[in-house]
Amino acid sequence: MAFLELNNVSKGYGFGPKRAEVLRDINLHINEGEFVAIVGYSGAGKTTLMSLIAGLQRPDEGTVTLRGETVTEPSPDRAIVFQNYSLLPWLSVFENIALAVDEVFSDWPADKRRAHIEKYIAMVNLTPAREKKPNELSGGMRQRVSVARALAMDPKILLLDEPLSALDALTRAVLQDEIARIWADSKKTVVLITNDVDEGIMVADRIIPLSAGPGATLGPSVQVDIERPRDRRALNHDPRFKVIRKEIITYLLGQGGRPKASVTRKLVLPDIEPEDLTIPRGLVSGRLSPIRRREIKQETVEVE
Amino acid sequence: MSTLIKTCESFGLNWFVPFLRLAKRDNPNEQLRQILLNIGVPFLAVLVFLGAWSWAAANVKVSFGSLPGPVAVWVETKNLWADHVAERAKESEFYKRQAERKKTFRAESPTGEWKERKYAGKPTYIDQIFTSLKTVFTGFLIAAFIAVPLGILCGLSKVFNTAINPFIQVFKPVSPLAWLPIVMIMVSALYNPTEPMFEKSFISSAFTVALCSLWPALINTSLGVASIDNDYLNVARVLKLGWWKKVRKIVIPSALPLIFTGLRLSLGVGWMVLIAAEMLAQNPGLGKFVWDMFQNGSSQTLAQIMVAVFTIGFIGFFLDRTMMVLQKAVSFDGAAIR
Repeated sequence: MAFLELNNVSKGYGFGPKRAEVLRDINLHINEGEFVAIVGYSGAGKTTLMSLIAGLQRPDEGTVTLRGETVTEPSPDRAIVFQNYSLLPWLSVFENIALAVDEVFSDWPADKRRAHIEKYIAMVNLTPAREKKPNELSGGMRQRVSVARALAMDPKILLLDEPLSALDALTRAVLQDEIARIWADSKKTVVLITNDVDEGIMVADRIIPLSAGPGATLGPSVQVDIERPRDRRALNHDPRFKVIRKEIITYLLGQGGRPKASVTRKLVLPDIEPEDLTIPRGLVSGRLSPIRRREIKQETVEVE
Repeated sequence: MSTLIKTCESFGLNWFVPFLRLAKRDNPNEQLRQILLNIGVPFLAVLVFLGAWSWAAANVKVSFGSLPGPVAVWVETKNLWADHVAERAKESEFYKRQAERKKTFRAESPTGEWKERKYAGKPTYIDQIFTSLKTVFTGFLIAAFIAVPLGILCGLSKVFNTAINPFIQVFKPVSPLAWLPIVMIMVSALYNPTEPMFEKSFISSAFTVALCSLWPALINTSLGVASIDNDYLNVARVLKLGWWKKVRKIVIPSALPLIFTGLRLSLGVGWMVLIAAEMLAQNPGLGKFVWDMFQNGSSQTLAQIMVAVFTIGFIGFFLDRTMMVLQKAVSFDGAAIR
């Protein structure tokens, strides 16, 4: 039995003809200590899936089990980091984390709890900002507080619901590295939901695409067998990276893609490269026939 | 200096800020323009008002002479103050005499029974102001202690809200003048101690104020609680906070800005209602003062009522400002409140 299991889970909203099926036949098995990324379109039902795992919502059909126990309600065992941080704006960084720690470890003495809080603030490099209120922090710092709060609960599983989507690209990259590092240190089981395939490959052990809604379901999972720590610069040229990326994107654009409402025309460029006709042809290419595009340019898959 | 500027701003003293900036030599031309706008314009408006008033005073005849102008009102203000000072002097004189009498009495018979007497002079205008303030705050506190918990329950539970809503809708528009007779009869029926700690008129006025100022605080509190960000409640669910802890740690702090908005409105309503309540209940505050002056109809009456109008206005303004400072202090979102 896997650590976290979702068996034949379905979820929809509404009744009768107005019923909208969000998720159907979700089967997900995650092992202890594994880092799994679920990649899908926005609006596909990623957040609903996360709410089901967290216990904030109950599935209509199927079961969610953690260590063999059925999930029926939210619990600090399954700490969740939301896209919009959900920090309490009237509490400082320290107090936000303290709220969680004091509740979860209420039987600890005060100084032990305090040291625990400080440890997690240090882990996300926010010690200088510990007395700041969330609205005095940047988006990246807020998300770090949110991650620290979740980790400080010492959960069995950490759920990251598009934690970096609201951040700019540079901050994102920094936080991706940080999440990978924290995972390596804490060895927690992590489920990351994202709409960025590269982000998934950067941090996860396994990537599972979620098809477009309505009635979204999980596609075949892809193992990321790239050794850690992963270097962002080297990764871009790693052939394994390209293979994984292509596999996920092929699924998301193909059978897992949105049903196309209209036919899109595909423009095919002429297979010929522009050239300067004032220079005699043989001088540059060494031959007299026109230069073909496919001979010199390697086409890569581009998504949106 | 910049902290001083911030303090001024948070106390609503925005008109004073340009002076501070000017002292800092921070863009003097702009500061002078601001001073002209924030102080010069209101000053001119007040001058125009005083002029119009003086003109009207000289030309409008009422049953007992002419309408008092600004000067007459100012003279009455000074008279009322002088009255107060004189009355206080008399009072301390009285207690001094009593203490001396007690001394001589004790010298004659060390064990005899001595009865301490209280000064029984009439309340001065200043006393009446304080009575009014005491009454309005009592009523306001009663209202707050009922409205805030009730509002929190309304915001948390749809069922409770639906149950309470008809009462809110029906009782909210009722005038204090309609509540007062009911309250007075209830107080007469229920409050009959042998040694009353409070006057019945005081209790009646305070409860009338409470009944009328209840609603803004109730409505705003329930709105504040009902519109809490769902994410905060999810945090409470994930942490498995108990009901009471959830209310204390998540619900009240996040609704606090709107609770204070409601309380600020409530205090404003309470202060407005108080004058009417005091007039009818004969609670010795500003309302009774206005009523007594109206009844005695001397030549100074109208001027004294006008003094009362200005007093009521300035105190109301001051109360509102105080609540605004409190409201800003508890707002975590830094939203601008005027």
